Amino acid sequence: MKYVLTAAAVLVLTTCVAAQEMGVPDEWRVRAQDRGSDAGGAIEVRWSPHPDEHLIVAYVVLRTTAPGVPWDTVVSLARGTREFVDETVSDGVEYYYQVVAVATPAPAALDSLATPAPAPAPLYLWSEPVQSSGQWFNWGRLNQFVIGGIISAAIILFIAAAKSGRKLFVRRIAVLEAVDEAIGRATEMGRPILFIPGIQDMDNVQTIAGLTILARVAKTVADYETTLNVPVSRSLVMTTARESLREAYLAAGRPDAYNDDMVHYLTDEQFGYVAAVDGIMVREKPATCFYMGAFYAESLIMAETGSAIGAIQIAGTAQPAQLPFFVAACDYTLIGEELFAASAYLSGEPKQMGSLKGQDVGKGMAMVAVIVGAGLLTLSSLLPDVHFIARAAEFVGRLFQVN
Amino acid sequence: MVFSDWLSLQVAALLTLGIVSFLYKDNPFYKICESIFLGISAGYWFVVLFWENMVPKLYDNIALMTSDPVTGAGVPRVLYVIALILGIMMLMRLFPKLGWLSRWPLSVVVGATAGLWFLTYLNSNALVQLRATLLPIVAFAAIRSGEGTGLVSWFGKYLGNLTIIIGTVTGLIYFYFSKEHRGVFGQTARIGIYFLMVTFGASFGYTVMSRMSLLIGRIDFLITEWWPSVTAGWM
Repeated sequence: MKYVLTAAAVLVLTTCVAAQEMGVPDEWRVRAQDRGSDAGGAIEVRWSPHPDEHLIVAYVVLRTTAPGVPWDTVVSLARGTREFVDETVSDGVEYYYQVVAVATPAPAALDSLATPAPAPAPLYLWSEPVQSSGQWFNWGRLNQFVIGGIISAAIILFIAAAKSGRKLFVRRIAVLEAVDEAIGRATEMGRPILFIPGIQDMDNVQTIAGLTILARVAKTVADYETTLNVPVSRSLVMTTARESLREAYLAAGRPDAYNDDMVHYLTDEQFGYVAAVDGIMVREKPATCFYMGAFYAESLIMAETGSAIGAIQIAGTAQPAQLPFFVAACDYTLIGEELFAASAYLSGEPKQMGSLKGQDVGKGMAMVAVIVGAGLLTLSSLLPDVHFIARAAEFVGRLFQVN
Repeated sequence: MVFSDWLSLQVAALLTLGIVSFLYKDNPFYKICESIFLGISAGYWFVVLFWENMVPKLYDNIALMTSDPVTGAGVPRVLYVIALILGIMMLMRLFPKLGWLSRWPLSVVVGATAGLWFLTYLNSNALVQLRATLLPIVAFAAIRSGEGTGLVSWFGKYLGNLTIIIGTVTGLIYFYFSKEHRGVFGQTARIGIYFLMVTFGASFGYTVMSRMSLLIGRIDFLITEWWPSVTAGWM
């Protein structure tokens, strides 16, 4: 392919002089410019259709760094193509582009060197010199910047308000009332409590929320002197969970009841972890099982085993694909963002509370946008002659455009 | 079939049967399989993390320094040295008095992940979804132009649009935590949870079917690969 392109380029370059003599009509132009709103390293080349396009088979884009320097073939494109983005350039280097209309079919190009085929004129044209460069701001993502900025600002403001002592309202989450009930049941039965903080690492916010809930559970467990078992599948989660538990037991005034073995590492392997947790369930028969964090295919296996041993099960995850299994097999489930809300509600920590309230601002904006957008689109359909409605509907659509 | 292949088949089948035996009840056979699985996977992941992370991403990048383009001298890749320091700080948890140092690398991990994923999640979980929800409840212009095949198809199409819009808005109301779910707001949130439950039901059925295919895969292995090898022997 490389040789074919080179041959095609050579063929056309050999006819350059002839083509120049014939002159280049104004309507066939090549424009090269730096691609805007990018990190650099790209030049856009655009050209108008060749006047005799029906006679050509391909456009070959050539590139050089200075007049007199041999041209390099960049790419060969099918007839009808009007633009190409060259992403093989270096920033700050001056390039000249030439787009050549190839009249001879590319595979026959080598033969044509000996006996040039009749070609329509003109065959080539080159651009002004151009350099690529990176930009600091991607204007195509202005809407994302504005929306992300509004939500971030709301979160920061609410965190500041919470830190200043202002009480932020978060509605009661019904599932949390079951937590104490479940711990009490385990105490009465004299059986342990199993807490699974998901199978993801500490860089997953669901794991962090799960550990916050673990701290709250641990405080009550410490009060009731119930056994708590926390098998984990990540080393970082193990160290963080141990720290959370130590602090929880200390806060409950029972540091003596804490020991590191409550939190123990099993394996990083998903199904190896599940096999071990299932084994723990059937042997220790915990009265209560908590599943709080990020889960994948293991969710149903664990929840089913927990159900089979008759444990009260409380789950919480923001993995949409796993929620059906927890809803089906557990007694109580924190659905999606309820997990984070529960974490914020229980900890009362300003950062979590502020984050939750800030996201509520985002949800409010989303609801308004959906209602207004759907209304405008319907109105625009009903009143096609009222242009400002159509423009307003288009504007709302563009607000959520992702580039 | 060579002996090693035959033996691999027998081990795979025995382990499969051992794990499946859990469906009956906890038993020594399951315990052996569980311990083998756990031990091998923990060891496997240690080796994988060491050779695929520690060595190529950390050791190689620090040991094989970048050459200075002018002097040709080796220049340490500073960013990787920072990673090494953060890693050592994480190990400080082994020393109770220095354990607090491990919070720093943890903060870097959490903060960097949050920053890196912010835009991705904003786009995929919010903007793209919202864009897809901006639908006309009824497209009068299309009806006027005579598109479609009749009232029933129009009703079906726009009932779908209306369902998406109502489902999205009521779902958002359910997950709105700044207001108690009472009165009209509470009723609307209840509609939202109905939508969620219907979605969960569909998702449940879909995934159960895919799990069935996994089970069929294992049974197929036992019937078509393992059992013939048992009856034929390793020769």
